[in-house]
Amino acid sequence: MRGLQFDIAHLLAGMLVLVSLIQLYQDRLQSLINVFALHAIVLSLSVAWQAHIQGAPHLFVTALIALVFKGMVIPVVLHRVIRRLGIHREIETVGGIGLTMLAGVAMVGLSMVVMLKVTPGADPIAREDLAFALSVVLIGLLMMVTRRNAVSQVVGFMSLENGLILAAAGARGMPLVVEISVAFSILIAFIVIGIFLFRIRERFDTVDVGALDRFRGDRQ
Amino acid sequence: MNVEFHAGFFVFALLALAAASVPLARTPRGPVIIYGAAAAIAAIAALSGAIAAARGIPLQVRLPLGLPGIGVRLQLDALSSIFALIVNLAAALASLYAVGYGRHEHEQGRVLPFYCLFLLGMNLVLVADDAFTFLIAWEFMSLSSWALVLVHHKSEVNRNAGFLYLTMAAIGTLALLFVFGMLAGGAGGYAFDAIRAQELNGFAAGVTLLLALVGTGSKAGLVPLHAWLPPAHSAAPSHVSALMSGVMTKVAVYGFIRIVFDLLGAPDWWWGTLVLVLGGITAVLGVLYALMQHDLKRLLAYHTVENIGIIFIGLGLALAFKYHGMTGAAALAATAAIFHVFNHCIFKSLLFFGAGAVQTATGTRDMDHLGGLIHRMPGTSFLFLVGCVAISALPPLNGFVSEWLTFQVILLSPELPDWGLKFSIPAVGALLALSAALAAACFVKAFGVTFLGRARTPEAAAAGEVDRYSLAAMGVLAALCLLAGIFPGVVIDILAPTVTSIVGGRMPVQTEIAWLTIVPIAESRSSYNGLILFLFIAFAAYVAVYVIHRLASDAVRRGPAWDCGFPDPRPQTQYSASSFAQPIRRVYGTLVFRAREIVDMPRPGDLRAARFSVRLRDLIWDWFYAPVVVGVTTAADLLNPLQFQTIRRYLALVFTALVTVLTVVALWQ
Repeated sequence: MRGLQFDIAHLLAGMLVLVSLIQLYQDRLQSLINVFALHAIVLSLSVAWQAHIQGAPHLFVTALIALVFKGMVIPVVLHRVIRRLGIHREIETVGGIGLTMLAGVAMVGLSMVVMLKVTPGADPIAREDLAFALSVVLIGLLMMVTRRNAVSQVVGFMSLENGLILAAAGARGMPLVVEISVAFSILIAFIVIGIFLFRIRERFDTVDVGALDRFRGDRQ
Repeated sequence: MNVEFHAGFFVFALLALAAASVPLARTPRGPVIIYGAAAAIAAIAALSGAIAAARGIPLQVRLPLGLPGIGVRLQLDALSSIFALIVNLAAALASLYAVGYGRHEHEQGRVLPFYCLFLLGMNLVLVADDAFTFLIAWEFMSLSSWALVLVHHKSEVNRNAGFLYLTMAAIGTLALLFVFGMLAGGAGGYAFDAIRAQELNGFAAGVTLLLALVGTGSKAGLVPLHAWLPPAHSAAPSHVSALMSGVMTKVAVYGFIRIVFDLLGAPDWWWGTLVLVLGGITAVLGVLYALMQHDLKRLLAYHTVENIGIIFIGLGLALAFKYHGMTGAAALAATAAIFHVFNHCIFKSLLFFGAGAVQTATGTRDMDHLGGLIHRMPGTSFLFLVGCVAISALPPLNGFVSEWLTFQVILLSPELPDWGLKFSIPAVGALLALSAALAAACFVKAFGVTFLGRARTPEAAAAGEVDRYSLAAMGVLAALCLLAGIFPGVVIDILAPTVTSIVGGRMPVQTEIAWLTIVPIAESRSSYNGLILFLFIAFAAYVAVYVIHRLASDAVRRGPAWDCGFPDPRPQTQYSASSFAQPIRRVYGTLVFRAREIVDMPRPGDLRAARFSVRLRDLIWDWFYAPVVVGVTTAADLLNPLQFQTIRRYLALVFTALVTVLTVVALWQ
C-alpha cells in the first residue's frame, strides 16, 4: 500500500513537470492559458493526494484553493483579458522553441541532481516531490525569461508559484495560514499585474514588454 | 539599592535628558540646564564607578530586553569601573565647560540631544556584558558622535569629515561583528561569560586579534586607520571634540583590552610584537602629522593619534610579557598603559577646552591668525600651558609618570627569552623617545605661536577671557594633572585591581613607600618622587624669580629693541606655525610626507610678490586609502549598468544566478 501511495504521488508530481514542459512549448496565448489551467488542476490533484496520504485535512483546502482560483478563476479572467486586448497572435519567444525545451529538460535534470544529492536521508515522498517542485519552479522562471509578452510572463510566474506549493505540500505539516498567505499574495500579484497590463496597453498599444524597453531608449 | 535600579537610572536619566533637550534647545536657558544636568549625571556615574572600583566586587545585571535567550547583560567589574570613572569624570567636566562654552553654539537643537545620547552610548559600551549589547552600544556611540561631527553641516569640509568618519566607523563595527562571531565560536554563546569559557585555536585567535585591532584601532586612531580622526574631531564643537578625542578613543582602548586581554584568552607569541610595533609607528607618525598642522584643533587631534600609540605600546608590552609569564613586568606595562589612558583623557580634554576658548574668543583656530593671547586671556593661557607641559611628558606633571613607567618596562626587555622582542622593544623605545621629544617641540609650537609673541590679527588683539564655567572646568583638569603627577602612587594603587584582572598580577603597593616615592620594580633600579621634584622646581623657580627681581637693578633701561635682524615691525614677521616646524619638516617630512618647499622668486624687475609654499603629501592616504577609493569607484562604475536593465534581463540575471548556485551545489564534493 505504501508503495502504491508513493507511486501515485510520484506520478502526479511528474505529471506537473510534464505539464510545465508542455506549457513551455505553447506558442499561442489561448492554448498557454488552457495548459496553465491544466497545470493548476494537476497541482490540486497532487496536493489532494498528499492530503489524503498524510491525513492532513487542511491540505484539501489548499487543493481546493488551487483548483478554484488557479484552475478556473484566473484562466477565465486571463482569457477575457486577452480577448479584450485583442491579442490572439503568436507569442514572440526569445530563443527558438526547441532550444527552450532543451533548456527546460536541462533544468529538470539539474534539479534532480541537486535534490537527490542534498537530501539523501529525507522521506522518499518529500524528496521526489521536492525535486519535481524545484524543476517546476525553474521551468516557470525559464518561461518568464524567454517570453516577451507580459501575459505569458504572468503565467510563468503563477506556474512558478505552483511549484512552490507543490514543495510545501510535500513537506509534512505545512500550516494552512502559509497556504492562505501564498494564495493571497498570488491574488495581489494577479491584480497588480493585471492593472499593470492595462496600463501598458493604454500607453503603448501592446503588451509586449519590449515596448517598454524601446520607450526607455534601451537596447532590445 | 539594587543594581538594576542603578543601571536603569543612568539609562533613563540620559534618555530623558536627550528627549527634554529637544524642546529646551530653543529656549535661552535650555543649554545651561541640559549641560548642568548632564554634568550632574556624569558626576554621579563617575562616583558610582569609583565606588564599584573601591568595592572590588563585580556587579552583574540581566535586563529582560534585547534578544531572546540573551537579554541585555550589564556588568561593572574592575576594568569597566576604572574606565567608567575616567570617562565620566571627563564627561562631567566637559559638561561643566559646555555650560559656559555651549551658549556660543548657534545650532543648539543639533548638539544637545546627541550630546546626551553620546554620553549614554559610551557608558553602555563600558558596562556591556554580552556581544549584542556591546555592538549596539558601540554603534550608538558612533552614530551619535557622527551626528555631532555634522552639527555645522553647511561647510563642505565638515560634510567630508562626517562621511569619512561614518565609513571608518562602519568598517570598524563590521570588524567587531566578526570578532564576536569568532569569539562565540560554533556554539554561539554571545554572553561574555560564555565567550570566556570558549577556547579558540591559535589560528582563529590570531585572526580575532587582527580583526579586533581593525575594529577598535579604527575608533582609537591607530595608524593607518587614523585618517578620519583629525578632520572629525576638529569639525565638532570643542566640548564634543574633547569628548571624542579624550574620551571616545579611550572607550576604544577599553574595547581592545576587553576583547584581547579578557575574552580572547592567553596571548600568542607574535601578538605583543605586532601591537607594540603598530603603537610605535602610530606614536611617531601621529606627532609628525601634528607638527605639520597650523589648525589648533587638528594639531590636538593628531596628538591623540600619538598618545594612542603610546597606550598601545604599553598594551603590546603587557601582551609580550604576559606571554612569557613575566607577570610583574606585564603588570607594570598594563599599569603604564591605563595610567596613560587616564592622563591623556585629562590633559587632552584640558587642551581641547583651551582650544575652544581660543576659538570663542577670537573666532579662529588657525594659529597663524593668533598670537599674544597670554595678555588677553591669562587664565586660559596658564591652564593651557599646564596641559602642554603635561602632554609633553615633563615632570612633575602626570604625563611624565606614565611615559616613565613605559620606559621602565622597555628597560626590562633584556630579561625576555625571545630574541625578536629583545631587539624590537628597544627599537620601539627609541620611537617612543623620539615621539616624546617631538611632542615637546610640537607643544612649544602650539603654545608659543598661539599665546606668545604679538597678535597677528585684530581679532586676536581684541580677544577677551572666557567665562568662569569654562575656566573652572579647565582648572579642575589642570589640578588633576598636577595631583596625578605628584601622587602617582595613589593612582597606581587604584589601578591595581584592574591590572590584576587583565594580566593576573599587580605592581608592588606604592602608597606604603615613604615620602610618596614610586618604585616600579626595585629600589636599586629606579624610583621617582613627583612631590620632591615639584617642590624643588617650585622652590628653584621662586628663588630664581626672587634673585632676578630683588637682587638685580630695577632701574629702567632704554635701548634699541632687538629685532631678530628684521627691521619690519609687523606681527606677520614673527615665527609662524609653519616656520617653527620647518627644521623638523626638513629632517623628517621630506621622507614621511614627501614635503617639498617651493620658492617662487620673481625675476628682477617683476613686480609680483615672492611666494614660498610647502607641499605635503599624506603617504598613508596615498598608499592605503586612495587604492581602496579607486577600487570602490571602479567597481561601482562596472556595476552601474546593472541598475538600468530591462525587466527580462533582471529576470535572466536572477535565473542565471539561481542556476549557477544550483550547479555549484550539484557539483560540490
